[in-house]
Amino acid sequence: MNPRLLRGLLPPLSLAALLIAIFWLQPRTMSYFGLNLLLNLAVPIALAAIAQMFILCVNELDLSIGGFVSLVACITATWLHDTPLLGIAALAGLIAAYAALGALIHLRNLPSIVVTLGMSFVWLGLAVLVLPTPGGKAPEYIRALMTLKPPFIPFPIIAAVVIAIVVHIVLMRSAYGAVLRGAGGNPRSLERAGWSILKIKMTMFALAGFFGVLSGMALVGLTTSADANIALRYTLLSIAGVILGGGEFVGGRVSPIGAVIGAVTLALAGSFLSFLRLNPDWQIGAQGAILIIVLALRVLISRSEVRS
Amino acid sequence: MNAPGRAILLASTVVGGLIGQAALADTSDKRIALSNNYAGNSWRQAMLRSWEKVTGQAVADGVVAAADAFTTAENQVTEQAAQIQNLILQGYDAIVINAASPEGLNGAVAEACGAGVVVVSFDGIVTEPCAWRIAVDFKQMGKDEVLYLADQLPEGGNLLEIRGLAGVFVDDEISAGIHEGVAETGKFEIVGSVHGNWAQDVAQKAVAGILPSLPDDIVGVVTQGGDGYGAAQAFNATNRDMPIIVMGNRHDELTWWKEQKDANGYETMSVSIAPGVSTLAFWVAQQILDGAEVPKDLTVPFLRIDQDNLEENLANTEAGGVANVEYTLEDAQAVIAGAK
Repeated sequence: MNPRLLRGLLPPLSLAALLIAIFWLQPRTMSYFGLNLLLNLAVPIALAAIAQMFILCVNELDLSIGGFVSLVACITATWLHDTPLLGIAALAGLIAAYAALGALIHLRNLPSIVVTLGMSFVWLGLAVLVLPTPGGKAPEYIRALMTLKPPFIPFPIIAAVVIAIVVHIVLMRSAYGAVLRGAGGNPRSLERAGWSILKIKMTMFALAGFFGVLSGMALVGLTTSADANIALRYTLLSIAGVILGGGEFVGGRVSPIGAVIGAVTLALAGSFLSFLRLNPDWQIGAQGAILIIVLALRVLISRSEVRS
Repeated sequence: MNAPGRAILLASTVVGGLIGQAALADTSDKRIALSNNYAGNSWRQAMLRSWEKVTGQAVADGVVAAADAFTTAENQVTEQAAQIQNLILQGYDAIVINAASPEGLNGAVAEACGAGVVVVSFDGIVTEPCAWRIAVDFKQMGKDEVLYLADQLPEGGNLLEIRGLAGVFVDDEISAGIHEGVAETGKFEIVGSVHGNWAQDVAQKAVAGILPSLPDDIVGVVTQGGDGYGAAQAFNATNRDMPIIVMGNRHDELTWWKEQKDANGYETMSVSIAPGVSTLAFWVAQQILDGAEVPKDLTVPFLRIDQDNLEENLANTEAGGVANVEYTLEDAQAVIAGAK
């Protein structure tokens, strides 16, 4: 088989294999209700993975997305619920702050890992300020959306497909999307062609901020209330999701559909290990092993690609 | 229920003696899961061991079909929410939760209730109204300490307060109870307050630091558990008289108390929450499945150690651990009856 095609097929095939294993271990999951419970917490992870993907796309790394999503969750459960205008302004401000981060990283030529690692503490601190003790309440409309029970197909599946397709069209199929990706792959030639790398980085960081905001809102819609530490795990999950879905650390080589699939695969891996009744001490290791297996397969395929 | 199962149950009833007929109903095919967010300290380890011991016996006796413990690999809200949803999918009839967050799991808990699963939270409780809560009355615990001191020291005097970890609600609650007790008894004055972070070494340093600035006649030290031994060491290093230090059921605290008691008849008391509270939650869940009328809010009894039962409790506490007690069905029924 064509290695390129094989590489593209790897993420969906891993997802399918995992899903079949789960269905076999726990037939109860093979229902509308089961799929809903199995996948609903994957929706905010998928959104966070998309946010991370925009950053990886311009050859940067965001270590603050977990703290950022937590902060958004806290704002959503408090200000957006009590005083919607203030809430919307705050969330818009956060997206602007992300764009500004992009500008800072580009203009001062700072390593994004350092800047975002620092920012992760800022976001977490702000989250504690907004919501010192766990609590708050999800706005009704978000709760209603996240617990929607459409006929036949569970909401998390529809949401995942819509997110993947919309971002795919914008980033992979539009002309400006090609420019955005190019800024990660070959910034110098883009600059020579007259594009402003600063603008592109700011756009990509703003897009990441936007999807981070969506992720936090979706998360609160599921949990009904927030906690300043609620999404700290998302930093690593989002990076792993993008990479698992076929993205790479070199910039420009990303796939929105892959990122969503990767995020869902990671969420399912947790359920799979829990259904296996694996000792929790081993679970993190096993999750890592699943990641390594998929990535090793990809390296094998890439090698055969080079050979042919 | 099948015949052999009932025979075993009846046999255990005869042995147990007190189990009411109502509790024998039909939970033998029910499955209960424990969702735990953290297992990284001695209290949680003891909690899991108690669960294993008591529920293992309950399963062997045919009281329930299964009682499995699940701990999340990382102490994270989103992970525990996913774990609870997985437990729903695995078809458990009841889920007993020690929660990572009082609010963050409410969505998953609501899903469980919606699927007809009984949810009982303890220690780390959840606020979702459909769940049962077995909470600790930390305020009462603080107050009890002062009431004990008032009994021992009728003429009152100066107290030193050792608090826990700043910003944690447990610390605020215990401290509020202590201050309430002081106000009510009206014969004590808290002349100093330090944060001991529930750890002996931190408490020792903090107490040693504040002692030189305090009056010489400190008669009592009110604590939050895990800090009594450190306070005693700090007092030991000075030439002050040893005040009555309230202990917190830790092994090193009880050992020191025993030594002092044998040497010079030192008297105090010790109070904390037993890790075995997980087994109380198990029996409460079993009672709910059994159809018993159970109020949504229950209170955990404290495990209090006094002068006369010190030796017995110390013998049952492993080195480096916390005094523990495992609850029985009758204990759970008593707690339920007490809350009505």
